[in-house]
Amino acid sequence: MYLEIITPEKKVYEGEIKLVKLPGSAGSFEILENHAPIVSTLDTGELKIVDTNDETTIYQIKGGVVEARQNKVVVLAESV
Amino acid sequence: MASLKEIRTRISTVTTTRQVTSAMKMVSAAKLKKAQDAIMQIRPYADKLHEILADLTPALNNIEDSIYTNQRVPEKVLLVVISSNRGLCGSFNSNIVKQTIRLIKTKYFKLYKAGKLDCLAIGKQGEKQLKSRKISVSESNHEIFDQLNFENVNQLAQELMTSFSSGQYDRIELVYNQFKNAAVQICVSEQFLPVEMDEKAMDNTPPDFIYEPSQEHIVTELIPRSLKIQLFKTLLDSNAAEHGARMTAMHQATDNASELLDELRLHYNQARQTAITNEILEITGGAEALNS
Repeated sequence: MYLEIITPEKKVYEGEIKLVKLPGSAGSFEILENHAPIVSTLDTGELKIVDTNDETTIYQIKGGVVEARQNKVVVLAESV
Repeated sequence: MASLKEIRTRISTVTTTRQVTSAMKMVSAAKLKKAQDAIMQIRPYADKLHEILADLTPALNNIEDSIYTNQRVPEKVLLVVISSNRGLCGSFNSNIVKQTIRLIKTKYFKLYKAGKLDCLAIGKQGEKQLKSRKISVSESNHEIFDQLNFENVNQLAQELMTSFSSGQYDRIELVYNQFKNAAVQICVSEQFLPVEMDEKAMDNTPPDFIYEPSQEHIVTELIPRSLKIQLFKTLLDSNAAEHGARMTAMHQATDNASELLDELRLHYNQARQTAITNEILEITGGAEALNS
């Protein structure tokens, strides 16, 4: 599954991942491989990534939106 | 012909001026590069946001007008005039002012006469020129160019959006220079609020998305966000255009100074030659007189 995290000022993350945990407006949720297409707004909070080498990265994001379809996840965050 | 000393002073003045203009040109070139990079960086974000919004537009039909898409008869209009804080950039600022005046004299003439048109000047030069043409500038915001980042623009966008949603203005338009390349800027005016929806996108059916928390919520969240991005992009565009314009203007100035310098040097040498010839003539004349 491919993840991109973009803010208006730069591209923060780009790469293959196993799992991403997001602070959704309706509650925190995770996206795994083959997730159904989803669009959700995000709140301020923690974004956790587990990449293909099982390494965990954590970002603090401040509001945004996520779109996932066909194993491609795009996170548009206001700031990281 | 001017005296030797006069020409010498002029040559030194022109040399200094050329030094200044060529330094400014190089500074602008460096800043232009930075400004261009900033535009490049925002592009993926803006594109993605646009994509998501386009995926959502079919859903918009079901939702009544949100506060930012509400089309009202324009009774009170705000023009946001984006110029620069510094001069010496060719026709960059005067183009903006001309475009603003054209808008006032044509599209919004009646509103202007009735005092229902306000100008928000971003950039000192634009404000100065508008004022000198007797157009009142109700507000100004010059600090934004000192530090052009998303947070500051965010604040400004928020203010504009509130003034629209509260009914203070029925329409907000941006007048700015679009960056095409380093030598060419296009002066454009663009409607900022209310948001114009892309009609074409209405037809395609979106894939079956899960919307969290709800479609309405996402749309009402995304529209303000895309407005902020639009304003940010506009300011970055104008910033890059400013540096481009200054670079070209300073390049011209440097060229002109070099040309002038060549001419002055020619004159200087001519004057020097004449002075020497005269001196020799005097000496030989004097010697001749002694001999006879």
